[in-house]
Amino acid sequence: MRTLAVLKTALTGNYAVAHAVRLAKPHVIAAYPITPQTTIVEKLSEFVAKGELKASFVNVESEFSALAVVYGAAMAGARAFTATSSHGLFYMYEMLWWAAGSRAPIVMAVVTRTLGPPWNIHDEHNDILAIRDSGWAVAMASNVQEVLDLTIQAFKLAESAYIPVAVGLDGFVLSHTVESIELPPQEAVDEFLPPRRPDLPLRLRPGEPITMGNIPSDDRLHAEHLKNIYRASQEAKKLVKSIDAEYGKLVGREYGGMVEGFELEGARYAVVCMGAWCGDAKEAVRSLRREGVPVGLMRIRFVRPFPDEEVAELSGMDRVVVFDRDITPAGGILGREVASVLGRDKVVNVLAGLAGVDFKADEFRKAVKHAVEGEYADRVVLL
Amino acid sequence: MGLELVPVSRPAPGSGGITGTWRTLRPVVDLKKCIDCGICWLYCPESVIDWEKGQKIKIDYTYCKGCGICAHECPTKAIEMAPEAGL
Amino acid sequence: MTVRIDLLPKTKYVVPGNSACAGCGMMIGLKVLGMALGEEAVLSIPASCASVVQGLGPKSGVALPILNVPFASAASVATGMSEAFRQLGVKGQAVVWAGDGGTADIGFAAVSAAAERNSDVLYIMYDNEAYMNTGIQRSSETPKGAWTTTTPTGKREAKKDVALILLAHGVPYVATANIAYPQDFYRKIKRASEIRGFKFIHLFAPCPPGWLFDPSLTVEVARKAVETGVFILWEYDNGELKLNPPSSALVDKSRRKPLVEYLKLQGRYAHLSEDQIKQMEEEIDRKWQFLLRFAQAARPRA
Repeated sequence: MRTLAVLKTALTGNYAVAHAVRLAKPHVIAAYPITPQTTIVEKLSEFVAKGELKASFVNVESEFSALAVVYGAAMAGARAFTATSSHGLFYMYEMLWWAAGSRAPIVMAVVTRTLGPPWNIHDEHNDILAIRDSGWAVAMASNVQEVLDLTIQAFKLAESAYIPVAVGLDGFVLSHTVESIELPPQEAVDEFLPPRRPDLPLRLRPGEPITMGNIPSDDRLHAEHLKNIYRASQEAKKLVKSIDAEYGKLVGREYGGMVEGFELEGARYAVVCMGAWCGDAKEAVRSLRREGVPVGLMRIRFVRPFPDEEVAELSGMDRVVVFDRDITPAGGILGREVASVLGRDKVVNVLAGLAGVDFKADEFRKAVKHAVEGEYADRVVLL
Repeated sequence: MGLELVPVSRPAPGSGGITGTWRTLRPVVDLKKCIDCGICWLYCPESVIDWEKGQKIKIDYTYCKGCGICAHECPTKAIEMAPEAGL
Repeated sequence: MTVRIDLLPKTKYVVPGNSACAGCGMMIGLKVLGMALGEEAVLSIPASCASVVQGLGPKSGVALPILNVPFASAASVATGMSEAFRQLGVKGQAVVWAGDGGTADIGFAAVSAAAERNSDVLYIMYDNEAYMNTGIQRSSETPKGAWTTTTPTGKREAKKDVALILLAHGVPYVATANIAYPQDFYRKIKRASEIRGFKFIHLFAPCPPGWLFDPSLTVEVARKAVETGVFILWEYDNGELKLNPPSSALVDKSRRKPLVEYLKLQGRYAHLSEDQIKQMEEEIDRKWQFLLRFAQAARPRA
């Protein structure tokens, strides 16, 4: 590993996103304000205004237009970024699918937040999980340093796989919490992330008549396109790993690719979770290990594409406790996803931390203990 | 051809099929009456009329949909809409 | 300055055998756009007749660079393209080619925002006065009295004047145009593309199946709209609003052709009574008076 002139600093998660974007040198940024996303785009507009980032910052009238602007920019060959949250993400819905169907290499930060009613700005994962089938790669960071690193990696992934990438960070828990982090030097980021190809997914230039999106003469052409996007998503799993490894070589931090494993060696039970509260879950795992409970943890970094292979490695566990910070009429989203790999009998799905309610390490510890001891009567546990 | 990752289309005649088959009326030009003004070329919504000043107009019947705008707009009534054979 | 017909480019930007209906007014406009800006324009086209007329991929019936985009997004997508071109040093004009529904209804917030930002976009609204692609449903651009499939007894509300609304945004260039006057439209596109910022052209484009007239009459109907005063050709440039010929010669009401000459060509107005037509005539004159007062106010400073 090389020695780098890293800058140690203290940043909120949102400012970490802004600094990562600055280092990635996008051409176009567009955004519409929504709590708790706002400080990302405030900081970016400040970077642009001060000339620290040479980019167009476009103020728009809605999140739908925020994504439409960066979509147009990305299709015209620009590196483009937007950020949103909760209701704003839902207002983008049609554009999300169109962007993914166009293989537009966009990066978007999603600061996770509950959905109303009632109005509530606190943390929950239903918003980002709702876009999981839109064709976007969907990832979540667990701390401010990872927010920064994952955002930089997301540009590389988007521009390698030609899949738009959503980088999730928990509202307030990460977005507004200051942590001590390291900023990689610009040269390292430049080396990691070269200028993007302007001719993919297509070359859109004056005088070159090419049309994207008119009606196909044969629906099989469209179907083939959909299959290609699926194949690209599967291929993206390998890219996630290689990009993480490459970033690790250049910057000195890597995260394990699609998932992060923690204390899984010798474990008979596994906790599966995603996002910032995995920090609390890890504390619970440490404490349970001290009590002699053989438990480990798998943190989902990328929920799309889904880490099937990594989750399948938990098949030898006696029980897998999946924590969801989301709720649907069918239970927890991660719980069902994990059960689709491991089977329903092995999985206990705990739904907690809903609507921003705190769920601390000790509560994780108790819930895991109950689950592994078979004390929950239901497969879906509402805490 | 490019290396696109998305389905793309490139300009080609007949993107809507052999649209001449839509026609029930056929524009027939009387070149003796034609004054070479280019009005029919200008208004033809289908670009099926070829025209250069000094060269008389030519209609591409493979794709002409038979709308009749050319006949209606012709200042000397040099184009007549005649029923297609068999109709 | 009127461009001589024989000097207009002969490149076929509308390619024969496309999917447009016979006699489509919008296609005449698209042809003119190609002639004026074919080598500079990159188009953002929302869901509309304009997305369908391109025909079936992998062929395209329009020889221009086109990104087809969701219904409400065209102005924002064009903004993104325009900003990308600026940042990447690409010379070109982002153009929106959108229908009246995509502009005045579902896409209006994005259009208004692009205008307010003065984004470098040439926005052309081809106005066929209803949702034609889905089968002739009423839009906010459908004129009062007109039949559509969702106004079976005639629309009760007035047509929204989008061009004036855009003018009120303080953008550098707004104009109306009409497919019966291709050279006027050509000149306006050329002029608009010289200006950096948001430019808006409202293009009147009759629709034979939607307005219920014979396809041979598309240009005739469009021309009659101007000659009867239904549609006024004007241009706002450099802070000055002026009428363009032939509308400029029709300020005196008596010089306009009787409204009925326009209405009788179209089945969508067949149900109108004489009283209703008289009322329409009065409303048209009020529209003229309003525009003329506007023109009076928007004169260049001495």
